[in-house]
Amino acid sequence: MSSSVFEYAPAPESRSIVDIAPSYGLFVDGEFVDGTGEPLKSVNPATEEVLTEVATASEADVDRAVRAARRAFDKVWGPMRPADRGKYLFRIARLLQERAREFAVLESLDNGKPIRESRDVDVPLAAAHFFYHAGWADKLDHAGLGPAPRPLGVAGQVIPWNFPLLMLAWKVAPALATGNTVVLKPAETTPLTALLFAEVCRRADLPPGVVNIVTGAGETGRAVVEHGDVDKVAFTGSTEVGKSIARAVAGTRKKVTLELGGKAANIVFDDAPIDQAVEGIVQGIFFNQGHVCCAGSRLLVQESIHDEVIASLQRRIGTLRVGDPLDKNTDIGAINSAEQLARIRELSDIGEAEGAERWQPACDLPERGFWFPPTVFTNVSPAHRIARDEVFGPVLSVLTFRTPDEAVAKANNTTYGLSAGIWTEKGSRILKIANQLRAGVIWANTFNKFDPTSPFGGYKQSGYGREGGRHGLAAYLKGHDA
Amino acid sequence: MSSDRLAVRKTYKLYVNGAFPRSESGRTYEVTDAKGHFLANAARASRKDARDAVVAARAAFRKWSGTTAYNRGQVLYRVAEVMEGRHVQFCEEVAQSEGLSSSKARAAVDAAIDRWVWYAGWTDKLAAVLGGANPVAGPYFDFSMPEPTGVVAVLAPQQSSLLGLVSVLAPVLATGSTAVVVTSKERPLPAITLAEVLATSDVPGGVVNLLTGDAEELGTWLAEHADVDAIDLTGAPAGRAMEFEREAAGTVKRVLRPPATEPDWTADPGLSRMTPFLETKTVWHPIGV
Repeated sequence: MSSSVFEYAPAPESRSIVDIAPSYGLFVDGEFVDGTGEPLKSVNPATEEVLTEVATASEADVDRAVRAARRAFDKVWGPMRPADRGKYLFRIARLLQERAREFAVLESLDNGKPIRESRDVDVPLAAAHFFYHAGWADKLDHAGLGPAPRPLGVAGQVIPWNFPLLMLAWKVAPALATGNTVVLKPAETTPLTALLFAEVCRRADLPPGVVNIVTGAGETGRAVVEHGDVDKVAFTGSTEVGKSIARAVAGTRKKVTLELGGKAANIVFDDAPIDQAVEGIVQGIFFNQGHVCCAGSRLLVQESIHDEVIASLQRRIGTLRVGDPLDKNTDIGAINSAEQLARIRELSDIGEAEGAERWQPACDLPERGFWFPPTVFTNVSPAHRIARDEVFGPVLSVLTFRTPDEAVAKANNTTYGLSAGIWTEKGSRILKIANQLRAGVIWANTFNKFDPTSPFGGYKQSGYGREGGRHGLAAYLKGHDA
Repeated sequence: MSSDRLAVRKTYKLYVNGAFPRSESGRTYEVTDAKGHFLANAARASRKDARDAVVAARAAFRKWSGTTAYNRGQVLYRVAEVMEGRHVQFCEEVAQSEGLSSSKARAAVDAAIDRWVWYAGWTDKLAAVLGGANPVAGPYFDFSMPEPTGVVAVLAPQQSSLLGLVSVLAPVLATGSTAVVVTSKERPLPAITLAEVLATSDVPGGVVNLLTGDAEELGTWLAEHADVDAIDLTGAPAGRAMEFEREAAGTVKRVLRPPATEPDWTADPGLSRMTPFLETKTVWHPIGV
């Protein structure tokens, strides 16, 4: 990037730490086995290089995995002393920490996210989730979730491609801590860290069948969700698929949690510290290439400071480094797939066609791979598609407001309700606006912060149920919804 | 009072937005007692009535959810007080509707009044029981609190005309949501009398809307309504709950599934009817920056 204030020499993290096999099977009942579906290829989105071939689980394979999970639940994991279940989770947390670098490099290779994020956010948080939940395993009686809480049984879990290992941790750790066993389907474009996690389960001597990993695409996910012997469905992904899951489980006994899409408002008041707010806006929308369900994709800026904020934002975006995910200086990595890139391009083109103004910094993108520059749309109206639809990419839509009431009305003018941001120096205003926003996570003078102790999840069509904290346990226990 | 005085009979209507309208459709249906004797003509709510009720409930939500927990508790307690004053009338209607002996009817009415008192005491304790500070690994103050989910459609139990109704309605109000209730189809009269209590108990108009009629048709319309946030399927007609749940999926509604058979409403409900209609909001703020 020629416009940068400083030029940096490339500082690539070595990929020699990972050893990717030419092909991978499913992880069922403690063993790697062949899948009977058509294998799929996992691609490095930064280079389009095929990394490996991964098995696809058919309905019969999923059935085998569910039966293994049921056996493990009935015979081993269910009857086990809770303190011992906790110790297995502590072991897993430690193994993740010990192999953190390997997981980070593999995640960046398979997903395209910058190594700075996989190394400093995804992997440490995944380990933290196991460490946190490990401690709950023998303390559930004290969680305020009723006397003698009981596990549900077999949890079927389907996770997205934006935080492959971290979403696995969000799902697997609370399920195991509460005494359930798991059949997990990773996303079809990012299965590799889940398969490395299977290896960690073996190293931890986790009893066979407690964790089963079935790779594949939508059909495999459907087989997991619809299997008659699954007691609990946990899904993170698009609102559209979430709705079809809610339909599929209607009339069954299955307990469901859905963590779906978002279109978060990031509200900047005229008394906000502009430099801090600009950092927060950048972190809000460009973290993980904007492949974040809680991304601050709608910037609501008070009219009086609009020009100042936009100028400062553009200056800051001009210093972002887009490129090789394994380069430690990289801020924005590759778009996860050709399909996602096409969607981002389509919605951006619609934004322009509907009358919004597109701004992108001068920025050299690599020739191969899937790339999209950081993008800001101004002159966006609340009716524009880019103000309503989840883009799931590095695309920010800027709207303005004059009064706090107008900010709240615009922020809540969405079918989603996952997260929101507030930037102001006035504490009483933060608390008032936070009360009025219909969203599950409110970041005030910060954005995109996550922690295993902190419940995460949406209002409205962003889904239901919470992950993390005491609240997250309820989703995996009988009869407890709080 | 002279025994040959001709009684003034009551017209049973809907309760929507604090008023007692007839169904806009003009439809009514005959309500009989447990032995089949005619009691009254009840309004049979239409799709338009259901939509009007949702509009009223949505409009009432902001104020009701913003009322202090202490104040909401007092309003719920006031409902119990006003019900107590109509004790005899409720006993008579419940006995007629459900075919109960007068002592059993009295027990049901007593329990219904006491249930309002129980929920009245919950309003200002939920946040402490269900929320709290989260010890995140960084310089942030982070806390979670329960918030009402919004407009809740309630298909009230078909058997227990008053105690069952109060048991499904009071938790929705206690948590700060507003309600559109479809009453028992065959036993709707105690519900309308309850509406008269609500109308005189400081419950703001629109917070509770009661529709008499057929949950079979009203349930479909409410399950698919885009401005309903949650649906309680307790009184869904046999075999229809699955379909309603499917329709509710279209807007990701929170769904409280029906029990296999109508439960014993005298049992301690715990939190089980409040938590399904609560969201958890988590707020982060930096410390020291």
